[in-house]
Amino acid sequence: MTLFLDIVAGAALIVASIFGLVGSYGLVRLPDAMQRLHAPTKATTLGVGGVLIASMVYYYRQEGTLSFHELMITAFLILTAPVTANFIAKAHMHRNIPPEDLPPTGTDRGWASFDDPPAISERTPGEPRDPI
Amino acid sequence: MNPTPSLIVAIPLICATAAFSLGLLFCLYRIAHAPGVSDRILALDTMVINVIALIVLYGMWLGSQVYFEASILIAMVGFVSTVAYCRFALRGDIIE
Repeated sequence: MTLFLDIVAGAALIVASIFGLVGSYGLVRLPDAMQRLHAPTKATTLGVGGVLIASMVYYYRQEGTLSFHELMITAFLILTAPVTANFIAKAHMHRNIPPEDLPPTGTDRGWASFDDPPAISERTPGEPRDPI
Repeated sequence: MNPTPSLIVAIPLICATAAFSLGLLFCLYRIAHAPGVSDRILALDTMVINVIALIVLYGMWLGSQVYFEASILIAMVGFVSTVAYCRFALRGDIIE
């Protein structure tokens, strides 16, 4: 059983190292800024997830108890990776694309990074508050 | 403290440490030669993720569970700093 757990941990580590290396190499290799956004936010997060799975299996083999710290880190990283990717993409579009080339937002207001937020008196009742 | 891991885990551990260290070097290169601010923010964010992986790997090598708290803290600080940097690039101000 310990040999099996060792093999599982080792395989997870190998897969994780491949994903992590691909993600970081894509950051250097891909030609366009929006394409470069893909590699680290997806592949590297998966790589860290693999490392944490390996460490869970490894500590289960060492101690005999399952620890859930790793699942916390994995959940946090998987929750925050899309948020940071969205923020970085928005910052890139804000700085590099002229405002008249941006796609329409679908509402009567423009992009939040260019337009001022509507005053409280102009809001219709029941309209949700703008995100900060 | 537990003994060093058996060979069947130790060799993948060394491979993973080498891979994530190389990834850290790629991120450093991207920070030094980047066409824009958003690429530098992305490289910093990737660096934080690589460092979390390295800390967890070091904890596995030592057989100690102490390092998880450190990696959770670094994950939170990295997320907040990335968001703050993006806010600064977007609006020129972090808290309006």
